[in-house]
Amino acid sequence: MAALALVLLALLGWEAIVRAGIVDELLLPAPTGVAQALWSDRSILGEDLLVTTGEVILGLAAALALGAALGFSMHLWAPVRRTLRPLVIGSQAVPIPVVAPLFILVLGFGLAPKVLMVALICFFPVTINLYDGLRDVDPDARKLLRSLDASRWRRLTLLEAPSALPATFTGIKIAAAVAVIGAVFAEWAGSDRGLGHTLLIANGQLETARAFAATVLLFALAIALYGLFALLERRVVDWTPRTAPRGGP
Amino acid sequence: MDLELTSVRKAYGDVVALDGVTVRAAANETVAVVGPSGCGKSTLLELICGLTEPDAGTVSSPPAALMPQRDGLLPWLSSLDNAGLALRARGASKRAARAAAHEHFEAFGLTGFERSRPAELSGGMRQRVAFLRTLLAGRPVLCLDEPFGALDALTRGQMQRWLAGALEQEPRTVVLVTHDVEEAVLLADRIVLLSPRPGTVVETIEVDLPRPRARTDLAVVELRERALRALGEPAVPHPAPEPSGSGR
Repeated sequence: MAALALVLLALLGWEAIVRAGIVDELLLPAPTGVAQALWSDRSILGEDLLVTTGEVILGLAAALALGAALGFSMHLWAPVRRTLRPLVIGSQAVPIPVVAPLFILVLGFGLAPKVLMVALICFFPVTINLYDGLRDVDPDARKLLRSLDASRWRRLTLLEAPSALPATFTGIKIAAAVAVIGAVFAEWAGSDRGLGHTLLIANGQLETARAFAATVLLFALAIALYGLFALLERRVVDWTPRTAPRGGP
Repeated sequence: MDLELTSVRKAYGDVVALDGVTVRAAANETVAVVGPSGCGKSTLLELICGLTEPDAGTVSSPPAALMPQRDGLLPWLSSLDNAGLALRARGASKRAARAAAHEHFEAFGLTGFERSRPAELSGGMRQRVAFLRTLLAGRPVLCLDEPFGALDALTRGQMQRWLAGALEQEPRTVVLVTHDVEEAVLLADRIVLLSPRPGTVVETIEVDLPRPRARTDLAVVELRERALRALGEPAVPHPAPEPSGSGR
């Protein structure tokens, strides 16, 4: 509620500043202008939203699969851990805007480079949080399972994997929030559709209101994805204080 | 003797946890190990359970099940699944483990709480679930690490009586680690008193008293005083001074 009030207040102030002529409307359109653009360009923007959402969801799915595979194998096998950990960390130093055109060159203008770009950004928080979660197990519980002669597989499924779930969901929620960035960069590097593409074109044509409208949709997409995974977390991880009915301490 | 630790020594780096400790228990006997915090009591149980090897001396014990301090229940499992954990660890299906655990729920006073998570249970119930899990491991020896340490005095008294009854029903060899001398006298056939770090055996007391025992029995009180004197404590128990810098 407080967030909503803050946003409303900011929008009112913004509207007032533009209406008063303090800023050029070409540089900063009024919120009502953005809303107008959202409505009048709804057919283009709607299609773009579908395209970008598809890229983001496929990319996130790929990131989850890759993150799970890396997190578990790094946890289970020391040689894999030693080999891959520096590479996983290094992958996040790759400047996305620079490599995006290369991806387009190799993979073409289709869906593949966009999905790959989203996955490249998103697999990292998933991998690292899962990996840390798997290791961060209560030592007493570990001792207990060992005293019960649990096999490696049973220790993983009965203890480590469930105990890593809360951390993994944190990673997934971070991934969901930043996934949109990957899709936008990929669309900038080479695309004829999507919110990122429309954003770029609208910027070039000084269609600032439309650019803002596209941004609003990206904003909404990121929040919706985050909310979706937060909801899922509530259903799956229902034993930690953070998901307690009253929100915990 | 069924379970036998002879002149066991165990050190972690420079810290000697146990030095020359000998503990024996016949089948279905309860041995209490009593000593101040940090005298290596938990290490003793880890040795019996085969979780660690002694630096010197010998450990010979039938397979033992551990009930760790603070119950060790997994927060995401229902009490039914927590109780059946030992069976699942051995490869049993979820359904089979639940069925086996459920057979004991009535006797353990847990009926109606099958689906409750540990956070929804009282301290005494958590201990009962943890004890059932330890029992279902199906090992002849039970290693209980301060099972009632976190309970209030009233519940602790109830749980001690309950444990005595449960062991009468299902006799096992029990190694009970505690810092509560009275608990040891009430439950054990033999009490091993350990000194502060490094843990060495100060005295071994045979408790040859009929059961059930009450804390007010004269013999119980006398044995308690004797044990406290042997530990070098005044008759009125008060918190043992911690070594400086331990920050507890």
